[in-house]
Amino acid sequence: MQLITVAGSPSVGKTSVILRACEWLQREGLRVGVAKFDALSTSDDQLYAQKGVPVTVGLAGALCPDHYFVSNVEDCQAWGQRQGFDVLFTESAGLCNRCSPHVAGVFAICVVDALAGVHTPKKIGPMLRLADLVVITKGDIVSQVEREVFAYHVRLANPGARALFCNGITGQGVSDLVAQLRQAPATTALEGHRLRFPMPAAVCPYCVGETAIGVTHQRGNVKKMHFVDQEQGS
Amino acid sequence: MSNIADLPLDVLQDAHPCVGEFFSTLGLDAADSRLALGEWLAQLADEDILDVGMERDQMLAHIQRLINEVADMNQTADGVVRSLTLIGGRDKAGTPETARLVVRAGEVVCIVGPTGSGKSRLLADIECLAQGDTPTGRRILIDGQPPDPERRYALDRKLVAQLSQNMNFVVDLTVREFIAMHARCRLVADPDAVTDQVIACANELTGEKFAPEVSVTQLSGGQTRALMIADVALLSAAPIVLIDEIENAGVDRRRALELLVTGSKIVFISTHDPLLALRGAQRIVIRNGGIADILATSAQERRNLNRLESLDALLLEIRERLRRGLRIEEELQWSL
Ligand SMILES: Nc1nc2c(ncn2[C@@H]2O[C@H](COP(=O)(O)OP(=O)(O)O)[C@@H](O)[C@H]2O)c(=O)[nH]1
Ligand SMILES: [Mg+2]
Repeated sequence: MQLITVAGSPSVGKTSVILRACEWLQREGLRVGVAKFDALSTSDDQLYAQKGVPVTVGLAGALCPDHYFVSNVEDCQAWGQRQGFDVLFTESAGLCNRCSPHVAGVFAICVVDALAGVHTPKKIGPMLRLADLVVITKGDIVSQVEREVFAYHVRLANPGARALFCNGITGQGVSDLVAQLRQAPATTALEGHRLRFPMPAAVCPYCVGETAIGVTHQRGNVKKMHFVDQEQGS
Repeated sequence: MSNIADLPLDVLQDAHPCVGEFFSTLGLDAADSRLALGEWLAQLADEDILDVGMERDQMLAHIQRLINEVADMNQTADGVVRSLTLIGGRDKAGTPETARLVVRAGEVVCIVGPTGSGKSRLLADIECLAQGDTPTGRRILIDGQPPDPERRYALDRKLVAQLSQNMNFVVDLTVREFIAMHARCRLVADPDAVTDQVIACANELTGEKFAPEVSVTQLSGGQTRALMIADVALLSAAPIVLIDEIENAGVDRRRALELLVTGSKIVFISTHDPLLALRGAQRIVIRNGGIADILATSAQERRNLNRLESLDALLLEIRERLRRGLRIEEELQWSL
């Protein structure tokens, strides 16, 4: 089975792109499934089910969604194998631009949205920089100029990686995407695989339930902002 | 190439400005360090490494790939395409299309057919240089050959540029800043000169002139179209241009097409506009998701095009007079 991790900020078009790819793969007679990760709730599972794509959902609730993802991805892989899938996609939203679900040896896709502005590729962290394939959506609603400039910035943000435009609604570009998926390695077991980059340590006082504001309440891993006006005097 | 880890940071950044930009997007200050890159990475605090979201060896590999990528962008010549061949697949009902159409550089082909008949599908097949791998089964050859996969997937050196119908500007920049941004990404030798040229050219295409200082988001539909056509003609790398309908929105369509084809582009336009449809050397008729026919523009059609163009000029002139607040009271001479 090929495991494909798909990550990207909320609403960039992950579900749409995965659906277009699933339709294509199903037409070719492959068995596909999706493991959908979200924070509080999701209705993506209905979208997948409507298209006859088996789906399993994981809601992180009070936990960091990306940490929750890593704790559960191995079980998703096992689920996919039990179902006899040829391809299993995981969909997860990179909520802080910092965590990245990408695992070494597992084909990693980052979805970005051309509407987000031409400089966005610079601002996305390891989720984009360490992906194997960058899929750019919503190219249909921006100008040709912005598409070219966006593509240029994606190339600089993840040099050497494949990147392509794919329209999540019409499916334009999905044939290229599927051609890339064919090159994805098969993943038999995840035990012992490593994340491509450590996720941030989430142990600040507010992670463990603090609600009061002010330095006297801030024990543990606290990081403070710098202010230019205060540095000048010192 | 020597190992970049051994190069002093200041030398490295001088030779490759992209490296300095990379550090600044990571929020790292590597300004004038004389340390070798490897040593400098080694002395970064682990906390900084966590903050930037890349391990030291990942950064090293990234910088190497970045340098290669920029060198690659500088070296790759823009694609020259002499011909494009469209080989039919099948329509919605699965009936085979017999069409085989060769279009040469500098030619315009129009695509006509009712809304929903599959014109956009054909544009999409050309856009992705389909190889029998799209639902229509169509194939596109470049210079008589299947396109090199490297070329097919090259993202910012795409062979095909597409001016779509429902496009917006997301950036809020002036026209000059916007085109200059594109010119810099295209790594042209003199971005300012090219920018001026694109803006001047766009103004020739539209009846409503605009200044370089106006924001792109304030342009009218016609001005936007004119600017995008001038940009794609003069600045885009793509030798093949797809246009989804140039509405009759104050764009000089004849000049627009002339501009595109003088740059030896291959142009496909999906249109219902008689002035455009008859201007192409050939037009593809789409019906039921399939290519129903390919018509070469006949001599009589060319003569009719001339008459339609005089009619259009008359309409344009009336429009201009209305805009200036004048009356249209003389007997109009429709006979040509
Ligand atoms: N115009 C346009 N809309 C898109 C495209 N891809 C996705 N969308 C729309 O963007 C919205 C969010 O897409 P969705 O797939 O749910 O995003 P997700 O949260 O990343 O899974 C939906 O309304 C989609 O229809 C695209 O390529 N073009
Ligand atoms: Mg989704």
